[in-house]
Amino acid sequence: MTEHAKDIDAAPDGEAMRALTLDLGGEIFAIEATSVREILDMVPVTEVPNAPAFVGGLINVRGRVVPLADLRVKFGMERRPPAAETRIVVFEIMLEDEPEIVGMLADRVHTVADIALSAMEAAPKVGMRWRPEFVRGIAKHDGKFIILPEMGNIFKNDAGALASPEAEGRT
Amino acid sequence: MTQTDPAETFRLEAQDVLEQLEQVLLDLGDRLDDMALVDSAFRALHTVKGSGAMFGFTEVANFVHEFETAFDRVRKGDAAPSAELVRVALDAKDHICRLIAEPNTHAEAGAAILDRLRATVGTGGQAGAQPQAADADTPAGAADNGDPSNGWRIRFRLPEDALSLGANPVLLLDELRALGDCTVHASAEKLPGLEQLDPEICYLSWEVTLRSDCARGAIEEVFLFVRDGMQLDIDPMPAADAESQIPERAEPSEATEPPAKRSDKQSAPARENSSLRVAAERLDELLDRVGELVIAQARLSQIADESSNPNLMAVTEEIERLSAGLRDTTMGIRMVPIGTLFSRFRRLVHDLSAELGKDVEFVTSGEQTELDKTVIEQLADPMVHVIRNAIDHGLEGPDARAAAGKPRQGTVRLSAAHEGAEVAITVSDDGAGLDSDRIRQKAVESGLISPDATLPEGELHRLIFHPGFSTAQQVSAISGRGVGMDVVGRTMDALRGRIDVASQRGQGSTVTLRLPLTLAIIDGMLVRVGSNRYAIPLSAVEECVELPAEVAEGSHSRNFLSIRDKLVPFLRLRELFRTQDPEGLHQKVVIVSTGEQRVGLVVDQILGNTQTVIKSLSRLHADVETFAGATIMGDGTVALILDVAHLVRSGERFEARLRDEQKGQAA
Repeated sequence: MTEHAKDIDAAPDGEAMRALTLDLGGEIFAIEATSVREILDMVPVTEVPNAPAFVGGLINVRGRVVPLADLRVKFGMERRPPAAETRIVVFEIMLEDEPEIVGMLADRVHTVADIALSAMEAAPKVGMRWRPEFVRGIAKHDGKFIILPEMGNIFKNDAGALASPEAEGRT
Repeated sequence: MTQTDPAETFRLEAQDVLEQLEQVLLDLGDRLDDMALVDSAFRALHTVKGSGAMFGFTEVANFVHEFETAFDRVRKGDAAPSAELVRVALDAKDHICRLIAEPNTHAEAGAAILDRLRATVGTGGQAGAQPQAADADTPAGAADNGDPSNGWRIRFRLPEDALSLGANPVLLLDELRALGDCTVHASAEKLPGLEQLDPEICYLSWEVTLRSDCARGAIEEVFLFVRDGMQLDIDPMPAADAESQIPERAEPSEATEPPAKRSDKQSAPARENSSLRVAAERLDELLDRVGELVIAQARLSQIADESSNPNLMAVTEEIERLSAGLRDTTMGIRMVPIGTLFSRFRRLVHDLSAELGKDVEFVTSGEQTELDKTVIEQLADPMVHVIRNAIDHGLEGPDARAAAGKPRQGTVRLSAAHEGAEVAITVSDDGAGLDSDRIRQKAVESGLISPDATLPEGELHRLIFHPGFSTAQQVSAISGRGVGMDVVGRTMDALRGRIDVASQRGQGSTVTLRLPLTLAIIDGMLVRVGSNRYAIPLSAVEECVELPAEVAEGSHSRNFLSIRDKLVPFLRLRELFRTQDPEGLHQKVVIVSTGEQRVGLVVDQILGNTQTVIKSLSRLHADVETFAGATIMGDGTVALILDVAHLVRSGERFEARLRDEQKGQAA
């Protein structure tokens, strides 16, 4: 985490990250646009019994079976059933140094925006409900706070996350 | 991607040739007087040396050269083939593999092998230590007839079909030229008139005056690969004749060119039946695509059925037929005869029997049985363990065998056969058999079973595949640590296969590995539990019965069904999957089995059969053990595939617990 903060500090003024912004649980998240593969309308989700609630479903993305993640579980947000605006963002993450395609629920997808890295700050140590290792930084864009999630940590070692009371409590 | 590294090509080809060499050497070990085997060993070595030098593997070429010289001596009758020669040659073959895999790191080991080789065939010192075919050096050590001081006169005529078989006279002449100054004279005396001329037949013969004092052997070597059916006369040149041949040089050598050019064209059809090397990933990719096509086709069929448009239905049927054909063909590409795997074990048995001082006859059958390449590759390791176990623990020593009234030589049989949609691979030995009492004792000691548990024989024997289980009194270098058989068990689980063990005291034991034909596509039974659908591999399904009403409503603690007077434990998938949806009215029990173990799975509804393309689950779901994978259904949704082996194990645990409880109550 601190490494990323350093990266961001070191970024020269004016350097920006192109990111997809989306609504989730009343907050705005941003995902690096280069990692996003596609955005799908809600599709039938197959529930995986006894799987961690965070990745409790599977979807079919063009003939490929892809796990569907719900970041609300990790951020302790209320889980609501999908609505008309609900989308699935399919993106690539690195798991144990190998690429993996995953889907992620979004209440609503906004746009692709250039977020100035100079405007991003490391996650504050206090005053935040979320586990700091899940947040790469918080940026301000168009007068709103945008959360940049640290996907590597969020998806890492989910077995451990299941055992943690915080994740289990939401199941 | 299409650019291949020539060194890599050499490695692949050398590997093939060396595997062939190993088989030839093992055959030679059995039939020491078979000179045809010596010849083919020599040819294999010659190929490795030549191509090794060509691709810059000089270390390999130099090592093989001496190895080859030794076999040349045997071939010419200067040394007799012996069991020791075969042993050294096998070591040398291994050494060549190492040299190719890791160049420049194994020089010393090679010298020791060469010393043993020289001691065996009596090759004098460093004679001809330079590779000969690779460069123009004239070897001195080879056999020698006649006085070559004035050069040689070589007359040769290739067999009529030589060109269509890929021989190229130009290359032969070039090789002769490499030995020394040549005067080539082509004779067209057999050339027919144009109307009878068949362009594929080689009509020409050649007379070459070679001004070199090289050995006769060096010239014979040039013709090594075309020797069959050709005429070849090699005479030392009389002193006076040597000069007179030279002026004829220019004109006839032109005559040698045209047939050579034709031969290039003709060599293409000769390769018609040859095989093609394709990277395995490309095949995997192809299979993935075909799998997706099958899914898309299933969706199309569904739509067509709903539409009642006859034209659409006709086309859909056509596409269904085509994609089924394409699927079968694609699967066929991946099928490889299991013989490729079997041949590897001959060496293992050969080495083991020497090491353990047991005389072992190794009999294989069913080499033609085809199996998915991925399966074959993954089988290699477990099979090694099973065969080792059979020889080390199964077979008794020669004296013990004689005392038991059996032939001193033990037999290990390896066979493969199709059995329905499965392939059964059997390893049987005529050794002492499994010691049931000892297995029981060990199992009780290690807490696997309770001291008074009654287990059927087969189940007891299967305990040897349990991790860390070994009945060997002494741990040997080969087996006994109880690790090997565990590997077998795990690999078979991963391959969705199963193991059967049959054994009779004093008569020997038989281990049968049963495997599905392919890993990628399975026939499945589709069931519904709650609102979700699941696929159960059809090969594991034994039967389906109605869940009796009194059991369905009765206490959830009695999870046993009596099926034809046998108790079968069952698992309620609704409970296992924590389904909230309302129960089905007529719940069914699907009885699945792995070998002798059976377990019933209670489902809400049986939906029918389906052919499914297995997709593995991502690493995010690695710890969800109940499922072997997922598949995409005709309507585009995902269904999970149940891991039968895992469910049966949970059923077993459940059964054991229940049995213990019952005992507790009875006591």
